[in-house]
Amino acid sequence: MTSVLLIGECDQNGEITQATLQAITAAMGLDDPRITAVFPGRPPELAKRLPIDSIVIASEVTDSDDGIFEQATADISSLLLAKKPDVILLSKSDLGSIVGARLAFRADIAFVPDCLEISNSKGQLTVIRPVYGGSALAEFIVPSYPAVVTLRPGSYYPADEDGAPSIDSIEFQNVEPSALVVDTVAEVREGIRLEEAKVVVSGGRGLGGPEPFSVLENIADELGGAVGASRAACDAGWIDHSHQVGLTGKSVSPDVYIAVGISGASQHMAGCSSSRAIVAINTDPDSNIFREARFGVVGDWENVLPSFLDAVRELKA
Amino acid sequence: MTIRIAVLAKQVPDPEIPPSQFNIDESAKSIIPPNGVPPVVNGFDLNAVEGALQLRDSGAEVEISIISVGAEFVMDVMKKTLAMGADRLILVDDHNLDKIDAAATVKILSAAINKDGPFDLIIGGRQASDWDQAHVIIGLAEALKLPLVSLVQKLQINEYGISLHRVVPDGYQVINSKMPAVLTITNELGEPRYPNLRGIMQASKKIPDVLSLADLGLSAEDLVPKLELSKLYVPESNRQVEIVNGDDDADSGKKLALRMREEKLI
Repeated sequence: MTSVLLIGECDQNGEITQATLQAITAAMGLDDPRITAVFPGRPPELAKRLPIDSIVIASEVTDSDDGIFEQATADISSLLLAKKPDVILLSKSDLGSIVGARLAFRADIAFVPDCLEISNSKGQLTVIRPVYGGSALAEFIVPSYPAVVTLRPGSYYPADEDGAPSIDSIEFQNVEPSALVVDTVAEVREGIRLEEAKVVVSGGRGLGGPEPFSVLENIADELGGAVGASRAACDAGWIDHSHQVGLTGKSVSPDVYIAVGISGASQHMAGCSSSRAIVAINTDPDSNIFREARFGVVGDWENVLPSFLDAVRELKA
Repeated sequence: MTIRIAVLAKQVPDPEIPPSQFNIDESAKSIIPPNGVPPVVNGFDLNAVEGALQLRDSGAEVEISIISVGAEFVMDVMKKTLAMGADRLILVDDHNLDKIDAAATVKILSAAINKDGPFDLIIGGRQASDWDQAHVIIGLAEALKLPLVSLVQKLQINEYGISLHRVVPDGYQVINSKMPAVLTITNELGEPRYPNLRGIMQASKKIPDVLSLADLGLSAEDLVPKLELSKLYVPESNRQVEIVNGDDDADSGKKLALRMREEKLI
């Protein structure tokens, strides 16, 4: 038997995140799992239908949204002592990355972040995670429980909400915050959210400056998509960092990802490789992006894009 | 009053190595750096050095100590941090340290920080471009029992201690923290400055403090890993690209649109 403590999360609309449902699928694949979930703060009504064994609810809701997750870390640390799980699973979200690491170091147990696969047998855990920006995969063995693991979103299918877990209540202690969030500033966003766009048109170092992004915007508008960028283009100040796609930027999985002047370093591909089709426009026939693409044009974007845009408009007309 | 800043910096293989030249020795479970490509200071750690220098630029009196843990340091590479403007370089250099895990790294760093401290700020990059784990500095905050603010894109001394902008998925938070505090810095902070000639000259005269595990009161037994690397390999890609070839670039662009339409991609 494997006892699993799963840290669930909700989005701004109060719905259980896809990454949480995926983590449940991962947990269900472990050896004879007993899954308990806790949602920092308060679990949503839908949690009561998750295909797991139990849900822990705080008898009094603590202020788990202190911005830097100090309360959530304390709450889950106390659950760790009370429940003694074998495996603690989180998604690789803002919360999961911080709380997972803090828990593991506080309890002096193993931590493996950003995993693609998790399995176990005979009391030892095996995980696979990307390293070197995704250029390589590493398999790790954790020889003894407990271990804390975060899962990369998209690594598993989401579980169906068709269960009836029992509900436990537990009392958490409020912690004194060490740092205070005094303001939250939302980024100004126009048009379609990058993460939800069906088409993403991204530009990289090969664009050579900020102006060409207006050409990408025209194409994105025409295709009902959004504009993305490589880290190099963002760091150069050509476009705001909110457009950054990649390992440390946003992860997108559109139907079509058009990469213009992007070499396709693995750190960038980590944010777009789950796209249905990648289309690459690059002057260098040897660049890595062509190894990942479905369609490619070896050429100068300055000449390729205008006729591409014209043809797209004609096809639509 | 001088603000003492420790910047944690790691020497890593150059992440700009193109995937076609990225090779792994599967039996040794390590990467084979291509000939002639020197290692670099992890890029996010240079963002952290830049953040510390921006505090100095804003008028605060700061002393910046770079602390690094590793094996086979290339001095010219690590001295880039001094050339940018850092004051001191402390290297914990031991041949046992090329294959330690994050828990061991945290132990060594906290020993080095306690030996050389106290520091008002302990900062480093959001993650290292080799193992992409992003948790050494978080673990260090736990070990030192200090406040932790991750993904900082702006930092400024204020009457509470330090004011920080922390990147969150849809914007940023403004956070006031007391000092001492532990911070991770993200590339949104801005590109690290290039060393100028004066900086390079000054750096060449500075001698790093090189410490061994024994200097920190640690031995190999303190560094037993919690996990074991069982395999390291390059994943296979099975995608097959169709190169669209027109009479010229403009014609290729047109044909690309047509092919994408045929495949119902647009």
